[in-house]
This record gives sequence, structure tokens and C-alpha cells, in this order.
Amino acid sequence: MEAFTTLTARAVPLDLVNVDTDRIIPARFLRRPRSEGYGQFLFHDLREGDAAFPLDRPEYAGAKVLVAAENFGCGSSREGAVWALKGAGFRAWIAPSFGDIFSENSAKNGALAIVLPRDRVAAIRDQLHASPGLELTIDLLTQTVQLPDGNTDRFEVDPFRKECLLAGIDEIGLTLRYEDAIREYEQRRAAQAPWL
Amino acid sequence: MFPSRTLYEKVWDDHVVATGPGGRTLLYVDRHLLHDGSFHAFESLKQAGRAVRRPGAAFATPDHYAPTLGRDRIENPELRDKVETLEANAARTHIRLFPLQDERQGIVHVIGPELGITQPGVTLVCGDSHTSTHGALGALAFGIGASEVAHVLATQTIWQARSKTLHVVVDGRLPEGVHAKDIILAVIAKIGAFGGTGHTIEFAGSAIRSLTMEARMTVCNMAIEAGARSGLIAPDETTYQYLSDRPFGPKGADWDRALALWRSLPSDPDARFDREARIDASALEPMATWGTSPEDGVPVTGVVPDPAHESDAARRASKEQALRYMGLRPGQSIEGLPIDQVFIGSCTNSRIEDLRVAARVVRGRRAVVPALVVPGSTQVKRAAEAEGLDRVFREAGLEWRDAGCSMCVGMNGDLVAAGRRCASTSNRNFEGRQGKGARTHLMSPAMAAAAAVTGRITDVRKLGGSPLGDRIQ
Repeated sequence: MEAFTTLTARAVPLDLVNVDTDRIIPARFLRRPRSEGYGQFLFHDLREGDAAFPLDRPEYAGAKVLVAAENFGCGSSREGAVWALKGAGFRAWIAPSFGDIFSENSAKNGALAIVLPRDRVAAIRDQLHASPGLELTIDLLTQTVQLPDGNTDRFEVDPFRKECLLAGIDEIGLTLRYEDAIREYEQRRAAQAPWL
Repeated sequence: MFPSRTLYEKVWDDHVVATGPGGRTLLYVDRHLLHDGSFHAFESLKQAGRAVRRPGAAFATPDHYAPTLGRDRIENPELRDKVETLEANAARTHIRLFPLQDERQGIVHVIGPELGITQPGVTLVCGDSHTSTHGALGALAFGIGASEVAHVLATQTIWQARSKTLHVVVDGRLPEGVHAKDIILAVIAKIGAFGGTGHTIEFAGSAIRSLTMEARMTVCNMAIEAGARSGLIAPDETTYQYLSDRPFGPKGADWDRALALWRSLPSDPDARFDREARIDASALEPMATWGTSPEDGVPVTGVVPDPAHESDAARRASKEQALRYMGLRPGQSIEGLPIDQVFIGSCTNSRIEDLRVAARVVRGRRAVVPALVVPGSTQVKRAAEAEGLDRVFREAGLEWRDAGCSMCVGMNGDLVAAGRRCASTSNRNFEGRQGKGARTHLMSPAMAAAAAVTGRITDVRKLGGSPLGDRIQ
């Protein structure tokens, strides 16, 4: 997996709550193999109906950070949502809350889902609206987001996710090192519930 | 002696394999369900040259891309490819498959419990967010992404952080015409689409206890729409009765051992939850959603709310956008809203009891808009046909199809056209969910059936039962 350490990049605001993964990538695009790329379908239908959609404004071109609102990535477990964001160049997303499955899917793909308090996220979005093209610096090791106005926000991150992201760990490879423990568990479970 | 524990904590403790980096838990997975959308995971596993660790713990069936018509020869090459790819992947990895023509085929979340694959106290995962459904039997079940599906295939485990717990207590007697779907829509409206994020919900209370097994599945199915990856209901006599003599369930001496194990699972009386929410079932009314989030449910007697009352700017903008998308205005009555079509089906409401309720409403009446009835499994279809429900639907002018996810997500081509308003028993009213530009109103099978015969969102309590009486056959 691609590692995530630090990132300094342009950020784009998205002022909508409950952005579900169907909106991030509509279901009809999921039948394609991942190798064909998902980036071009990011927010497909939302963008089509909105010429002023933030991601399409030149001021935000090349953005790698998305600053969203509550419950970003809720709904369907489709990992295609993360593939679409990554395919379009994004590496990190900031919101007051994320869909649990989406958040996990992000980590599995070397992307960072950062939770900050709602008021702070709203303030960052306001700054990005006021001065489009601003860059943020995210440092996973120190768990900080630095804003151009000099403010630094500290964020919490699950220690397992942090370790996997910093090292770009192949999770299956990691787990296979626990083979003995898995086998032992299976014997215990088979004795307890042999019908399973 | 253990301290008091919740059902969630008991199942969790039972599945801990090891503690890994950052203190995260490696959790064992007893049961893994796969479907025709799981091809991404099979592909990544194949590319990495990894084997499936325990094929016997996995069960596969086509549902998302399954056509609901013309199955003998699938005309659409893309759908055929998805169904055939699943067959090839299952054969290659020695995973048990219930193919399209099999009597056991159906939506993964319908066939899991139906076949006894889902059992109390097991951990069960699937690459689909509505895996929360299986929690109705007291299984710790949750949806996962493609990377995690590949991980479970390769290792039979998953790295998990323990969630918080939310106790949703629904007490009181459900009024006539109010069903499980109305309970869960009311719960989501109360706690919000992210009220359960980071939590596992345990549904409890007298109203939940009195629900049938299938109705409990409807409730747990939509835990994810409140943000909770898992919903749970403690197993009881209703659960045991439902599970007796299921093909993949325990039998003979194993049944007695299983029962002893299952009886130890319910939350201890003094177990602590991180949060609690309470709902009075006796005050509930039939519900329908107006917007594009499952949290947008209101009683059928209610009106479309005014986003101007929202204090948060992003929230206000989102609700305004939802009104534009849905073609509605604040203050408009929900009841009487003209609809263009009806969908009765999905992993939320496609089981035999759902179909019986819908059939009772349409019997002796006539659908005035196109309506699709899609049973959740081939077994549900056969059972419905044996009871004559298919005839009731057909005589009322509703279409009777083969089993699958169908118009809930439209991946098989069963779509709602742009601008069309659909009364749907499914779980998501997201923008574009049932088709680009489609407008979805979520409701119970009884309410959807009432909409089919009136062409409007109708309070099923006013419509009353079938003019021919309640007995079918």
C-alpha cells in the first residue's frame, strides 16, 4: 500500500452534509475493472448538473485535499468511492465525521480521513472560499493540519491506521504473520462450535 | 467471572485472535458472504497470488447484477459477465455458490438467515453495507470494502477497533398499519444519518421483542442508514424457532449445544451502553421520506420541513439541494403526493411477510402506476407462489419478477427514469440511487402497496384492508 506521511497541497471545500458514496461514484460505473481508472467518474452526476461545482473551478485545480461536512462517505461500502477520489488526485479528506466503512476504505488505500471539530472544519471551508487555491500541510506523524493563516489543528487518528499508513504496510502480509494465533483460534472455535 | 457485558461485547470477546499494532484487534470471521459485486476483491487476491484460507466459511450468490427477467439466457453482456465472473471465481477458489438458477439464490442478506448460514453469536461480513441485517439474529455482522473482502478471503480475520455501543429501546405496542420499516425510519429521523456512526446499535424494548424475525431484519438492515455499521437484536425464542431446521444450521446434538451457547449471548441486565435513545412505538405512524437522506423520514400525516430552520449552513444547503432534487417545497403535505411508480423489494423488505402485507393491500384493487414486486430470494418467490401471492399481484396489475437487488440500486438495469417519483420499500433515497435523477420516497411495503393502487402517497390506515377480506388462497 502507498504510504502517507506528509502532504502540502491545495484544498477544495464541499459544503454538503451526508455526501453518500453513491454521489461520490454512481453505481453504474462500478462494473468497470479498477485498472481502467475511476477518477473521471468522481461526483459524476453532481458535477454534470452544476457548472460551478468546486472541483471544476480553476482556482482549485490540482487539489489533493477535500474539506467536506458531516458524514462524508456515508452509505454503500463501495471502495470505488475512494478509488475515484484517489484517481482524481486526492490523498486526504477532512470532515467532522465520515461513514465508518468509507473511513476504513480510505486507510486501506493510503488515504487519510481526518476528523476535526465541526466549527473548525466550517472555518477551514470558509477560508478556502474566501481565498481559493490555499494550500494546507498535513503531517501524519505529528497529527497536525497547518493552515496558511498560521493556525495548526491537531487531529486524533487510530494508532493502527497511523502505523499502517506511515509505513505503507501490506495488511494481508502483516496478518499472515499471525498464522499461529489464527490456527490456534480456529481449533478453539471448532471445539466450541463444531457446526460452524 | 466476567463483568457485565453487552451482546456486542460478548460476541467481540469470543472472536479475538490477537492484539496487533496500535492495540488493534485481529477478529476472527465465522461467515463470509460474497456476491457478483465482489469481483474487485477476487481480482486483487488473484493478482497478489494469494489463496483463499477457508473456502468452507464463504457462501456466494449473484444478486446485485442478477436480472429479474429472462434469466435463462442473459441478453445484456455486462450482466452476464458479472454473473459468470462470480461463478468462475467461486469455482476457482472452491467457494460454495448458489448460482442464478439455484433454488437457494437470492439477495445475500435474505438467503443468509433463510439458509441458517447466519446464526447468533457468529461474526459475519460481506462487501455490502446492508450486512447489518444479520444482526437481527444476534450475529455481529457488518459491511466491508473490497480490500477488506480480500483480507478476509486470505486470512479469515479482520483488523477491527472496538466500537461504542448505542442502546435503542423501542417500547410499546405498534398501532395498526405501522410496521418495522416505520420503526427504523423513525429511529433514523430521531438520531440522524450519523447518529450511530462509530457505534454498534443494539435494538431492544418490548416493541422489538414482539417483532417477527423478518421484521427484526428490516430494523437491523437500516442501522447503517443511521451510521452504525452493525445493528443487533438479542436472540430469543423467536430467533431459535426461526433457526430450527435450516439447511446450514446446527442439527441434532449440535443444536442443543448451539442453543446453550446462544442463550448466554443477550446483554447482561446491568450491562452499560455508551449512549441510549428511546422511542415510543405506540405513538408511531406510517412513515415516508421526503428528501435524499434516510434521516428525512416524516409521518405520512406530516409535511415537508423548511430548511430555513436549519442553523448549520452546510446542513441548510444540503436540505435545500434535496428539495430541488426532489421537486418539493417546504410545507407541502406528504400525503397525496403523486407518484409515478412503485418498487416492492430489496434486502430491507422483500421477505415473505413483506409480500403478504403488500398483497393484502392490493388484493381486489388495481395498480394505477407501474409497480415492480421483486422477491428477495428464489425461496421467497416459491413460497409466495405457493400461497398465491404472485396471482394477487398480477391480477392487481403489478409485475412479478425473479429474485435480486433490482431497483434498490439499479445495477441490473431495473432503473427509475430521471424526474420520476418512486414509492420504494428499499433503504436509500440518495440522489441517483435508483437511477440518475430518480426521486425516491422510502416507506413500508404496506404504504408502497397503497401508493401503487392510488398513484399517490397514501395513508394505508385510511385505505383499509383488501375489499375482498384478509384471507388469501
